[in-house]
Amino acid sequence: MDFSIILNEYPFYLEGLWTTTWLVAASLLIGLVIAIPAGILRSHSNWFIKGPVWAYMYFFRGSPLLVQLFLIYYGAAQFDSLRDSWLWYYFQEAWFCALLAFALNTGAYTAEIVRGVISTMPIGELEAAKAYGMSRWQRLRRITLPNSLRRALPAYSNEIIFMIHGSAIAGVVTIVDITGTARVVNARYYAPFEAYLAAGLLYMCLTFSVIYLFKLWEKSYQHN
Amino acid sequence: MNVPTLSIKNLHKSFADNHVLKGVDLEAHKGDVISILGASGSGKSTLLRCVNLLETPTSGDILVNGELIKMKQDKKRGAIPVSIKQVERIRSRLAMVFQGFNLWSHLSVLENVIEAPVHVLGVPKKEAIAKAEALLQRVGLYERKDYYPEQLSGGQQQRVAIARALAVEPEVMLFDEPTSALDPELVGEVLTVMRDLAEEGRTMLVVTHEMAFARDVSNKVLFLHQGLVEEQGKPEDIFTNPTSERFKQFISTVY
Repeated sequence: MDFSIILNEYPFYLEGLWTTTWLVAASLLIGLVIAIPAGILRSHSNWFIKGPVWAYMYFFRGSPLLVQLFLIYYGAAQFDSLRDSWLWYYFQEAWFCALLAFALNTGAYTAEIVRGVISTMPIGELEAAKAYGMSRWQRLRRITLPNSLRRALPAYSNEIIFMIHGSAIAGVVTIVDITGTARVVNARYYAPFEAYLAAGLLYMCLTFSVIYLFKLWEKSYQHN
Repeated sequence: MNVPTLSIKNLHKSFADNHVLKGVDLEAHKGDVISILGASGSGKSTLLRCVNLLETPTSGDILVNGELIKMKQDKKRGAIPVSIKQVERIRSRLAMVFQGFNLWSHLSVLENVIEAPVHVLGVPKKEAIAKAEALLQRVGLYERKDYYPEQLSGGQQQRVAIARALAVEPEVMLFDEPTSALDPELVGEVLTVMRDLAEEGRTMLVVTHEMAFARDVSNKVLFLHQGLVEEQGKPEDIFTNPTSERFKQFISTVY
């Protein structure tokens, strides 16, 4: 056991921590932007609107994140039309492919959370909104969303944690995130236990920060 | 003869095979307090919910201040309003107080009261707040204005709901069994507020089981039985000389 390795390499680990953090944060943000409309439209009465949303959620929740990442990172290169287009500038970058896969994946899971909380919206509160003359859009914006998103917090904090842990596969496509750093450190010193233990502790720090922040956030909505 | 504030003509409502309302007429003039009585299943709540189109009537006319809510037939969905804009505008002129209060749980008491005035009627926020505070004072809950609904008792929530209704200065206030979900000791505080409103000349339609309220406060009583108006008139007349057997039975069981 030689933990001085970790002390020597700590700036390298911090860089990995930063990479994981921004990758996950950006994915979550984009995912949320996808998830809210997707979660709402998932319950739409028209199949031409509901259908594509259903297919998107079904695919990204139905297959492993690693497969999705490979499809985008390796699979996209197979299409000449993509290689010749301006999009290739982005698709040749590992970070872009990881970001895209992660965002689409968390977007699908979060959309399911959004759909769930919206469908359990207290019906009486919606009736009151109707009875006072609010339009469909006003009911959604003023009543349904603020009420539902609050109830989504516990499930969403779980999704964030899954995303943090799931992001460990970014290392597979050459990104040096926390796990990637551990791989490099291990290769350099052949000290897998020390290298991965350090990675595990960093993930734990991230996870518990998220749990702590959500606890505070949830508390601010409890009025008792 | 002035235009009635609310007029319902030959209203029918069916849920699938269940014919709940079978041709109900009702007219409310400014200042009328009309109690709607009936056993459960008689259609009284459905009648009230048809007025603001929370339920869509199968047929019949509803006029608010002489303005007809225009309906059309849709192949799939049956009767539907021609213009949802018109329905929303008319709804914003009516106010409903529900059995289950239905306050918006993510908003504070004050925010509940200013929500419709600010976001539906376009009243400036400052003005709406001043008025809401006065209304909360009136229902005795000014001190609780920053509380959330779940921190209040049922009676307090219902009084907030009444303040929310008053805040839109409605043409007609619709009360859907406002005291039925309350513990017996909390019923009084809500009835007192409603009595007050009746005395200041508000137009009210009250679906209720409170016989004393119907008899002493309202100026007209409607008794529904199996989807039809079985008995109606001034409370002093129909409570002392009921013509319908059913109504006789009804008051004898309720008292």
